[in-house]
Amino acid sequence: MTSPNDLLLAVLRDPARMTAFSPDQWNRLLRYARLTKLVAKLGYLAQEHSLLDSLPGKARDHFTAAQAIATQHQRIVRWEVNRVCRALVGVDADVVLLKGAAYVAASLPPARGRLVSDVDIMVPKAIIGRVEQALIDHGWEHINLDPYDQRYYRTWMHELPPMRHIDRQAVMDVHHTILPETGRLHPDADALFDAAQPVEGLPVKVLCPTDMVLHSAAHLFQDGDLNNGLRDLTDLDDLLRHFATQPDFWDQLVPRAVRLDLQRPLFYALRYCHDLLNTPVPDGVLQAARVARPAGLALPLMDRLVTMAMSVSKAHQRPWVHAWARWTLYIRSHWLRMPPTLLAKHLTHKALKDWFAYSPGAK
Amino acid sequence: MKVGDLSVSETRDRLMGQGIRLRIGPMVTQLQVRFPNLAQHVHFLYKDTPFIDEPCIVDFEVKLAPPPALRRWFQGGAAIYLDGIMNFGPFDPAIAMPMLEWCLNGCVFNRPNQYLILHSAVIERDGRAAILPAPPGTGKSTLCAAMSLRGWRLLSDEVAMIRPSDKQLLPVPRPVGLKEGSIDVIKRFEPTAAVGHAWPGTRKGTVAHMRPPADHVARADEPATPAWIICPRYEADAATTFEPIPKADALLYVAHDAFNYSLLGTTGFETFADIVDACDCYALVYSDLNEAVGVFNALTPPRATAHPDRS
Repeated sequence: MTSPNDLLLAVLRDPARMTAFSPDQWNRLLRYARLTKLVAKLGYLAQEHSLLDSLPGKARDHFTAAQAIATQHQRIVRWEVNRVCRALVGVDADVVLLKGAAYVAASLPPARGRLVSDVDIMVPKAIIGRVEQALIDHGWEHINLDPYDQRYYRTWMHELPPMRHIDRQAVMDVHHTILPETGRLHPDADALFDAAQPVEGLPVKVLCPTDMVLHSAAHLFQDGDLNNGLRDLTDLDDLLRHFATQPDFWDQLVPRAVRLDLQRPLFYALRYCHDLLNTPVPDGVLQAARVARPAGLALPLMDRLVTMAMSVSKAHQRPWVHAWARWTLYIRSHWLRMPPTLLAKHLTHKALKDWFAYSPGAK
Repeated sequence: MKVGDLSVSETRDRLMGQGIRLRIGPMVTQLQVRFPNLAQHVHFLYKDTPFIDEPCIVDFEVKLAPPPALRRWFQGGAAIYLDGIMNFGPFDPAIAMPMLEWCLNGCVFNRPNQYLILHSAVIERDGRAAILPAPPGTGKSTLCAAMSLRGWRLLSDEVAMIRPSDKQLLPVPRPVGLKEGSIDVIKRFEPTAAVGHAWPGTRKGTVAHMRPPADHVARADEPATPAWIICPRYEADAATTFEPIPKADALLYVAHDAFNYSLLGTTGFETFADIVDACDCYALVYSDLNEAVGVFNALTPPRATAHPDRS
């Protein structure tokens, strides 16, 4: 697989390239970075590579402005985590923060410059009803009370329908595992809880390093949430570079993927991090992960789709191709999410609902 | 080069083509307008505004253009694209010019978070600036338009853009939005005022814009030091009153309506608290613009008194 010629990917691979950029390149870079919510992150990359002094003042201003928003998101997330802990004082539960909230709470590298739109937590399935009630008692409510959506989440998904706090408007997703129950892969939630690690100063936990990487990989390549595809890939890149310094991390990663039934998403994560972002991955680990690669034409097809979906300049030059790649990956993720008959029913319902919602006179 | 150095048809060609990079205070806006008949209005309102010909980093790419065919038929013939993404619309092309002005305001309100951005008009004389915070409908734009025609320099009718490092107010000299009755009030107050075409049928009724005086636009790189915070309120037939208000009240009043005060967290508070400390704070109620001008002209430099708890 060859690396695509994409301005933003090139800068993510080698931030020093920014020092030689023309105004036109800057305008394109900033536009792409804005679309992928990576402006603030570019600023931190520039800072870490001691490039800020060699960049145009205007570019630095854009970084500063975006970082102000990211900093506010982090402040909000920290406060939301504080409020969740308070709401769950009476519920004797292991609460594990996931994704953005976990990166922020544990001060991990992906938190730098990251916009966090909602707080994701995971609690054991046995007590999820008590957690939900405690949250409702403390001011959270379900955003969408449509009976089909409620049933969809409760029966088939790995999380409750999204909730929002009535005063602060912050959105929260309460999970009991990391992939839909109806899906092809079934990671063992108990194993995730058993390995979860405490966060300093907070009564919550985060997934252990291998599991955090595997969850991020599963979210992106199995659950197919590609709205922030490139941002999520940079999360993985940050996590892999950060955890690489811990003894045993690389040795444990593939065996842990086997244990959690997440070999395929891990294969994709390592492949695309390595190929698109030059993430250093030991050859032995890449080789071991390759065991889980898809057969036949599936891999070249996936290579094309992911590369297209992650390349913003492509989206710009050929929006239809990019949209097609994203759509195909979306369908793929739904295919992996539920059995075919259920999928057919679900997509029919959604299509009919959208049709009636957008038809003239509706509201 | 200023937009006024171009003819209307040259302006039109550029707006229809690659666009014009307008330099408004610290911001550069690349503006494209795909409606040839609007070029004369852009040319009128931005006559004194400099533009940049050589390649440069732009802050906002704004394009006013017809939306895709289906949406054009069903929803309206014009839309505004910000950085290539539809930001406003589709809407009726008959109100495209006020919509464009709102979008350009919106860019300044929401994006440059390297600055503290308050929802206030700012005027300056002798290097000292008055911040005029006021929610819509209090006559802030009318008042600052009038002041700009009576010897006070207009920095902005909508935003106080404050650089946290030195607490200086940066000018963003853009056309002043006037609504309904205010349009004639300003024309009567100063017949030479450069008030543009009036556009009926917007969500705020009839709207027109006044081009700021040329020398105010020319001094867009000259910041000003905050000296007074004056909360104005227009009340029909009211006698003019001008009363000091507690600094804490002024801080909360301004913060409540600010664009990014809370977003900036500690920086927002520290910056603005320093400014409130350095300013004298007043509430102004007026119905007669000339009397209001008299109040401003009688202002004396502030007796800067730091709050005892903040040093």
